Amino acid sequence: MAENDIDHFINTDGLDSEREKTIGQHIGYRYDVNLVPDYSRITPFLSKYMETMGWKDLNWLEDVHMGYEDSRAAVFDRNINGWVTVPEEMALPDNQQDRDMIARELLIKFQMSPNHPMVELNKAYSKF
Amino acid sequence: MAELNTDHESHKLGMHTEQLSGRTQQVFFSPSADENFTYPYAIDVDFAKEAEFDAAAMEISDINLKIRELMKEGHGTITIKNPSAKHSLGVGILNRLNLKFEGSLGYFGCGLVDGPNIHITGRVGWSCAENMMSGTIVIEKNAGSTFGAAMRGGDLVCKGDVGSRTGIDQKGGTIIVGGRAGAFSGFMMQRGRMIILGDAGKNLGDSMYDGTIYVGGKIEDLGVDAVEGEINDVEAQWLETKLALYGMKAPNGVKNLTKIVAGKQLWNYDNLEPSEKKLVL
Repeated sequence: MAENDIDHFINTDGLDSEREKTIGQHIGYRYDVNLVPDYSRITPFLSKYMETMGWKDLNWLEDVHMGYEDSRAAVFDRNINGWVTVPEEMALPDNQQDRDMIARELLIKFQMSPNHPMVELNKAYSKF
Repeated sequence: MAELNTDHESHKLGMHTEQLSGRTQQVFFSPSADENFTYPYAIDVDFAKEAEFDAAAMEISDINLKIRELMKEGHGTITIKNPSAKHSLGVGILNRLNLKFEGSLGYFGCGLVDGPNIHITGRVGWSCAENMMSGTIVIEKNAGSTFGAAMRGGDLVCKGDVGSRTGIDQKGGTIIVGGRAGAFSGFMMQRGRMIILGDAGKNLGDSMYDGTIYVGGKIEDLGVDAVEGEINDVEAQWLETKLALYGMKAPNGVKNLTKIVAGKQLWNYDNLEPSEKKLVL
């Protein structure tokens, strides 16, 4: 992978190694899972979320990054075990830290929406 | 690689040539969605509304039901006295909540939580915070084995020592240990962070796939495919801030923590031939 090209997985299929080309599948994550957030780039929306939850930092959102699926920016939602695609018209910043903050915001909006698939599952299977 | 027999029916059906990449779900974000900060099915609680009860004479399920009952009444801060090391207390809370246990918990305490801030003044038994999704859990004394097993998110803090296999199969979040950690900590870790301020036992990070382990004391030895890495400035800042949140400090400064990461030699392990596996291990 071209280390310095932030759009590598958008502009190419991201299949770089011989093995990846053979199996037609990307190996490993399409972002650095170990990248910790730079809190100087936090957004007002995320600060408000932290306050609501009584947390002093991003907590579980520290593990949320903007990834790439089918040459589109996307965020992995663990609650549906799938990628949620970022709208094409949304302009992406030129660095991963800012992209990650956008990913966190979008994921919160999606997970807390009454349209999230978990709402139906909760109605069907909730015990309490 | 050995010659493959392609006579099997499954090859004719194309099952071995299909592209495995592709989206798992066709779901799109709506950036204009309303600003909600809690799950639609979450109970509306007020942190300022406090309640407490004595659990000494109560059964486990009654204690857990009492917590839900108080939440439904709007209590956002709940104190439980005398948990008496009972098992499976404070589990499955998918809500914002301040929960305090004045005493110790038994096995499988606070598992599957998604959101609450939990404070335990005593010790915890095996598998505390298993499958934790988000929130904070702070334990003032020691913890048993498989602490934070399969944890996915949030902060899990033990100010004392923890047993073996801490963070086994960890998939996210941060585990902080003020004292020592037992053997096989970080075993099969997939992502997330573990900070051990004291010594770490044998086979640290064995077979870890990804994620990061920081150690302040001595490491007895590293497991298969666990290697040393370098701490960068953003990480150092993050470590300093994270530890300070819980009133903790690296013994010789965060820059002097030993960082352990996956060597990634085990990636695609199943694709290797037996002779190649021997070389890797």
